[in-house]
Amino acid sequence: MSLQPVVFPGRRYRAGRRARDWGPAVVVLVSGIGSWQGLVTALDIQRFLLPKPTEILSALRENWSFLWGAGWYTFGEAVGGFVIGGALAIATALALARWPPLGRALLPYAIAANAIPIIAFAPIFNNWFGLINPVSKMAMAAVLAFFPVMINMLRGLTSVHPSSIELMRSYAAGEAATFRRVRIPNSLPFLFSGLKVASVLAMIGAVVSQYFGGLRSTSLGLFIKEKAALAFFPEAWAAIVVASVLGVAFYLAIVLVERSALRWHPSVRGVRAE
Amino acid sequence: MPRPAAVSLGGVSKHYAVPGGPGVTALAPIDLDVHPGEFVSLIGPSGCGKSTLLRIIGDLVQATEGQVLVNGKPAHQARLDRDYGIVFQDPVLYDWRTVARNISLPLEMLGWDRQRRASRVAEMLDLVELGGFEGHYPWQLSGGMQQRVSIARALSFSPALLLMDEPFGALDEMTRERLNGELLRIWQQSGCTIVFVTHSITEAVFLSTRVVVMSARPGRVIGIVEIDVPQPRTVDTREEPRFFELVTEVRERLRKGGAAEALAEEELLLVEEER
Repeated sequence: MSLQPVVFPGRRYRAGRRARDWGPAVVVLVSGIGSWQGLVTALDIQRFLLPKPTEILSALRENWSFLWGAGWYTFGEAVGGFVIGGALAIATALALARWPPLGRALLPYAIAANAIPIIAFAPIFNNWFGLINPVSKMAMAAVLAFFPVMINMLRGLTSVHPSSIELMRSYAAGEAATFRRVRIPNSLPFLFSGLKVASVLAMIGAVVSQYFGGLRSTSLGLFIKEKAALAFFPEAWAAIVVASVLGVAFYLAIVLVERSALRWHPSVRGVRAE
Repeated sequence: MPRPAAVSLGGVSKHYAVPGGPGVTALAPIDLDVHPGEFVSLIGPSGCGKSTLLRIIGDLVQATEGQVLVNGKPAHQARLDRDYGIVFQDPVLYDWRTVARNISLPLEMLGWDRQRRASRVAEMLDLVELGGFEGHYPWQLSGGMQQRVSIARALSFSPALLLMDEPFGALDEMTRERLNGELLRIWQQSGCTIVFVTHSITEAVFLSTRVVVMSARPGRVIGIVEIDVPQPRTVDTREEPRFFELVTEVRERLRKGGAAEALAEEELLLVEEER
């Protein structure tokens, strides 16, 4: 039989493809910011409605040391909440998948709780854990991060091909071995989908929670709220830019971890629909 | 002491309870002995319970009544002793494992050390002619290659019994015939006993030493056809007159068993229940 192992395309090909993949997005970004600047100038849009990108940029420069410090602090709160919420979510999903009666008893409430506008609890958490205590912001981020991770992980743990389970039974494998060798690996792509959503939600949770109060020197949210109230809109926008950049960085960090953890997954190996 | 039968079924039946109804009898009591080294095919219309019977042998489904012995032991004990390997219609490879690590999965379960696993995997890759593919992931392989990996995995720990549930059912005719030939070679090399479920008459006749013909639901054994076409069988076997005679005989028996009248809808229903 003349079967040949598949040879993967080389580095040069990949670099070329990367440029093709990212090129259009970069063009959209640059032309988007350019036309923002142009339109605001041409249509003479009022500063309080929409500042020019150049104004936001100078506000960013003037407030840089505060914005960067507060940005990192806020980011730390988001990451802390993400870790706490994510860890609890994974543990919960494992428990619910391992003991299905537990899942049947608790899942309806988990889904119902997910429908609650959790962000409304921010003032309560601030009261519980202390307004200037970062734990109050982490709690918000953790609760927001919990549900997407738990629901996705649980789906990944339970949506296993029945024959995969039969195969493990044919090896006389116990529940623990089946979890380790089948259910958990099967759940990883689902887990990472959940983590990506959770990373974004954790950042939202931390910033919004700061709207309801916190330490002035460390709160991006409080800064946005106060500057907006005083009609210092370029400053508010500058803080939003910092929060956005950190949020995107957080998301991309998860994507990087996903890529190295799921090397086997077709989506990571660069298989594309033709 | 004579060797015990590889598989011995005594009055094995399967009844599925249906809430609020009389339930469904999938298998009428079945008696069957499979001797060591045999290649026995179970053939019958869809929904006749042949896959269920295979899973009963593998202790993956519990019989309602009857006795199931594998290598002279109760089926449950045989499963715990890892007495059989199984191949499903789908390859059921783990996407996150390379070809080599899929094949070595049962060896890990048996606690083999890394070196012993590696050398056995290399042997198995040779056996199924997939040398050079050990580092590939399942999605990089064709359906036929995936199924060969699945066979290598099932045989990796040298079980005395191989259970196969329509392993080539999802493949195209040409791939199927080629893999039929490979399977016979592997069977002769390994000396294992094979119980093979299929709904292809020619496949059953080509591969088997005996073909067990089952009726439509409730599945019962309505005939056993000895396949006396000499080994080794080759592509030419399919053109011998004796091969055609045996194919015709199996087909006649299936027809008498009411295979033709089996209702498509009911079949689907039962196939789903079997899953």
